[in-house]
Amino acid sequence: MWKWLHPYANPEVSYHFTGKLIPWLSALTVLFLAIGIVWALAFAPADYQQGDSFRIFYLHVPAASLSMGLYFAMAVAAFTSMVWQFKLADASAAALAPVGAVFTAIALITGAAWGKPMWGTWWIWDARLTSELILLFLYLGVIALHNAFEDKNLAGKAAGILTLVGVINLPIIKYSVEWWNTLHQGSTVSKLGKPSMSIEMLWPFLFCFLGFALLAGVIVCIRFRSEILNRNSIRPWVRDLVSAQLKTLESK
Amino acid sequence: MQFDSFQAFLNMGGYGFYVWLSFGVSTVLLLTLLFSSLKNHKQVIKNIALRQQREDKLRQVRKNRQNAQTTIENEVSK
Repeated sequence: MWKWLHPYANPEVSYHFTGKLIPWLSALTVLFLAIGIVWALAFAPADYQQGDSFRIFYLHVPAASLSMGLYFAMAVAAFTSMVWQFKLADASAAALAPVGAVFTAIALITGAAWGKPMWGTWWIWDARLTSELILLFLYLGVIALHNAFEDKNLAGKAAGILTLVGVINLPIIKYSVEWWNTLHQGSTVSKLGKPSMSIEMLWPFLFCFLGFALLAGVIVCIRFRSEILNRNSIRPWVRDLVSAQLKTLESK
Repeated sequence: MQFDSFQAFLNMGGYGFYVWLSFGVSTVLLLTLLFSSLKNHKQVIKNIALRQQREDKLRQVRKNRQNAQTTIENEVSK
């Protein structure tokens, strides 16, 4: 049933496949982000309590969800690499880490810029904020470990262990607003059943969320391809590809 | 459209600073990540090519030396 997946375990096939994927993903990213951001900034109604500061929501929530989603993807990749010794999984984990770190930083910064006018403070050591900050440090640790070893297999193993240990942080972030009495508000979008949001506010959110997810996909693909080349630099197909690329660069 | 004028749009109901700070920082961070990733990809290709050139050159030198050696040996044995 899953046999069609097998060729994609080949680095060369994956390299060319993601290369073909990037232009399509980029076009969709531009489309969704352009519609989503303009809608969020100019056309979505202002919140009845928070006024126009509520528009930060359209950055903050997608960034925060993606920071956790990308970590989860990285953990799945780390687990796959550890259990089945599947080398491409390490390359994808290394590609995911910097993207996740940037989305975590955006979630923290936009959160601070939203917290200042709403709560009166940029930062507070509340459970949700603190656990999200720990997520940023986990990402930084994983990136550092990937770069700390010359041997990429060893680096992948070390970073993978940290990634899997850090998974415990994901449910803590997710349920922090329910387990503890936090200043951070509860979830509005991902409630079971009906989201407690008006439909005119929800649509631009969906566009923004998809747009940012696609953008993350594009950047992960670009970084994944660099990782593949780096890890397979002595293979004949990489040698052929590199010399062909160099010729086109020189002829320009 | 929720705003009457461009001024009102920039002002964001008094929250302009916070809203534009958020959107500005996010844009800068994401664009930096995107362009550094693209630049990194080119750099990786260049580094592999340089290493390849160096290896090819070494191989060539080794081959030349070996050829010279055999010519000398042939000359001596004559």
